[in-house]
Order: sequence, then C-alpha cells, then structure tokens
Amino acid sequence: MLLALAATAIVALALLSDLIAPRIEQAWARHRARRRRVPSIVYDPGRELRAEQRARSLLRSCVGEEEWAMYRDLGFIRVWGGQAGGSADAGGAYQAPYAYLVYPHRPIVAYVPQTHRLLNEYCVTFPDDTAPYGNARLPDSDDVLAKWMALTGDERRLISTANMHLPGRQLDPAQVTRDLWRMSQWERARMRSAASSEQIDTAP
Amino acid sequence: MKPGHGEVPIAEGDLETAEDEERLIDEFRRQLDAGLWAAVPLTARAGQRQARMVRSFDEIPRDADRVIFFPRAAGGG
Repeated sequence: MLLALAATAIVALALLSDLIAPRIEQAWARHRARRRRVPSIVYDPGRELRAEQRARSLLRSCVGEEEWAMYRDLGFIRVWGGQAGGSADAGGAYQAPYAYLVYPHRPIVAYVPQTHRLLNEYCVTFPDDTAPYGNARLPDSDDVLAKWMALTGDERRLISTANMHLPGRQLDPAQVTRDLWRMSQWERARMRSAASSEQIDTAP
Repeated sequence: MKPGHGEVPIAEGDLETAEDEERLIDEFRRQLDAGLWAAVPLTARAGQRQARMVRSFDEIPRDADRVIFFPRAAGGG
C-alpha cells in the first residue's frame, strides 16, 4: 500500500514537474534579483555647475564684448543674419535684413531688426551621442556658443539642418517680443553709458 | 565641448614643431571622424568676432590659438 502511494506520488511529481519547475526558477530569480546589490553611482551635485562655469568663460573668450554682456544681462545673444561669408567685414552686420536671437537649449528665433517682426523658429540641438551615460546636453553656455559658431561660421548649413517652424511653436511670441524690447532698452542704456563716459573723458 | 564637462582640452602643441603638428593633425582627424564639428573663433577685419568652420587641418589659420570641437547639429523638436 505504502509502496503504491509512493510510486503514485513520484509519477504525479514527474507529471507536474513541467508546470512546477519554471515557477520555482522564476521565484528563485526574483529572490536573487531582490537581494542583488545595485552599484551606487556617486552623485556630484557640483558637476553641472562647474561645467557651466567653464562653458561661460569659454563663451566669453570667443564672442565679442557686446554679445557677452548681452548674454550675461539678458540671457540670450543676437547674431546678425548673413554674417558668415564675410559680409560683416564689409560693415554690413548692422544693416542686416534679419537677425537671430540665440537662447540656451531653445529654438533660434529669426526676426526683422527694424520692425521686430518674428520670422521663424529654428529648432536645433547638439546631442553628444558618444556620451556613455548621463546628460547628453551641453551646458547652457556651450549650447549658445555652438549656435553662435555655427551661425557665424556656416549659417546655411546650420539653418538647413534645423527644423523650421513658424513663430510660436515652442517660444511664446509675446515673450520673444518682450525680449526684443528688453534688448533695445539695454542697448540704449549702454549707448547712454558710453556717451557719458566719453564726455567725462573729454571734459577739461 | 562635452556634456557635463564644458571645455575639455584635447591636445596642445606648437605648429612650428613637426612632431607637434603631426600629433595635432592626428587629433584633429580623430575628432572629425568621431562626427564632431570644428570651429575657430576669430576677429573679422571690422573688429567683429565670428567663427570659421573648418573641415580640414589646412583651413585652420596658422595664427589660430585654438580649435573648438563640438557635437554636430541635428534638427530638434
């Protein structure tokens, strides 16, 4: 009798093993996964800040004094259109029919300097696909510098690479218009300051 | 330029030294082969600052003090 029961149990186990074995394996794998130690990544809260500081000093050393002051005070820079190819050499920058506002990690906005009419948004990024981990975005000031270099060095290539949209796709046109107004106020203040310092210099 | 790092010096050297020049050319090619763009910031004749995009080592002005490599542009959303 006992032998018969044991034999039946063995046969039953053998028949059920196809069902039970995978469940046991899964339970064991879950148990091991729960107990596995996750390698800790040392978080450095100052890393991005230090990168941004280096990027700011690089930007400052590359762009002109006015562009740097504009970025420092307003948070964006203006690049005259058609500057690549030497038109700026001929003094044409200030008569450019269009210009760009360059924001960090935001679309480039083309506008008419004389009327402040917004023309287009150019969405462009500089992703670093070689980065094995972490943030693939450049620091803010590096992003601005990359756009400045690409616009002043090879405007056509950058613009043909970018995705073009009508104004308002990502940036609020009212905000951009306010930025243009802020920039004109900022330029007037700089001109007044320069004029007053000249008067002081030439005073007897 | 590198995400999370900002400016990272890659190579330095004197173009007047043949050994340095060869090393700089190799590094220049390596960066461009990795898909980066290269630019030289310079001052235009009118005194305005601008950049020159360079695609070969010969295009770098001999008096340039640096070449900046940065990720290639791509269309964004």
